[in-house]
Amino acid sequence: MIGIVVVSHSETLAEGVVEVATDMASDATVIAAGGIEDGRIGTSVDRIGEAVEAAGEGTDGVVVLADLGSAVMNAEMALEESDVEAVIADAPLVEGALNAAVSATGTKATLESVREAAEDARYMDKT
Amino acid sequence: MNEDTQREALMAALEAVAERVEAEKGHLTDLDSAIGDADHGANLDRGFQAALEGADPEAAPDEFVKGVGMALVSKVGGASGPLYGGSLAHASTAFEGGIDAESSVAFAESYLEKTKDRGGASVGDKTMVDALTPAVHTYKRAIEEDEVAPLTALSRAVDAAERGVEFTTAIRANKGRASYLGWRSVGHPDPGATSTLYMLEELLGVASEYLEGETDAELRVEGEEGDEGEDGEGAK
Repeated sequence: MIGIVVVSHSETLAEGVVEVATDMASDATVIAAGGIEDGRIGTSVDRIGEAVEAAGEGTDGVVVLADLGSAVMNAEMALEESDVEAVIADAPLVEGALNAAVSATGTKATLESVREAAEDARYMDKT
Repeated sequence: MNEDTQREALMAALEAVAERVEAEKGHLTDLDSAIGDADHGANLDRGFQAALEGADPEAAPDEFVKGVGMALVSKVGGASGPLYGGSLAHASTAFEGGIDAESSVAFAESYLEKTKDRGGASVGDKTMVDALTPAVHTYKRAIEEDEVAPLTALSRAVDAAERGVEFTTAIRANKGRASYLGWRSVGHPDPGATSTLYMLEELLGVASEYLEGETDAELRVEGEEGDEGEDGEGAK
């Protein structure tokens, strides 16, 4: 199984995305890393790092999804400092997390296949 | 400068930058509220206050700079954390052998490279890179080609950064939060370029105290002065 981390500037947004993703894939490991201390808007390398560690427990790697600018930069820094095998998916946050969560529990799921599933979400038509 | 003086100068530089950021917090946030998310001043101030609290005056120069960088990474909370802090931490290895003219150029170049790489920005995108790039290039050229004293080189770098900030006012943002505004970003100086200039100005001020009396005639590239310690840090 592959773990998933959802990085957002907003703590509640990250938790909401996890809520939506695990509603479809209840046995997936999806962990939120949103906001900074005191509930403020922002992203934290430390929080992302802890989430990646947690998502890496008992999984074969971690796919990270992130929202805007500094979320991606801080996720990159967290991954550079982490021993967990992890990659960042260049994907829309909600659809990407959902796609990743659904594919992450498959018996053949790999880091690469889950990242691809997340990135495929950018081509999903909504209408 | 011997290592004790380098350490003292680095601490003075950190204090000066932190004080300036605190003083300009409101102004930086105003700039950021025009074209960004209005948190640049508060974010940087939080980061530098944390860096001050965690600073170890006994640390070797490279460890000291790395510590400042990591504090910024942990506490800033926005893109400035990885951009300023991550670049400082990355470039700090240039000071492993201490701070001198040569290592300060290496530090500045390493800092610039990391900032561009991390943020994916180039000159003309209306970011801190627009102030940083001319400053670093000017500094390097002044030291290596014009062979002026590090203090003179740093002074030229500050002038170059200032022109870089002016340049950001006129152009449209292609990176960062301001890019969401498109043409509406024109007419406002970039907050990151502006804070970069403030930091360089403070480094110049501290360098002036520690390098006073050193003239171009006395100082050459191989000069042991290490003045630029701050300069390098200035690259932030």
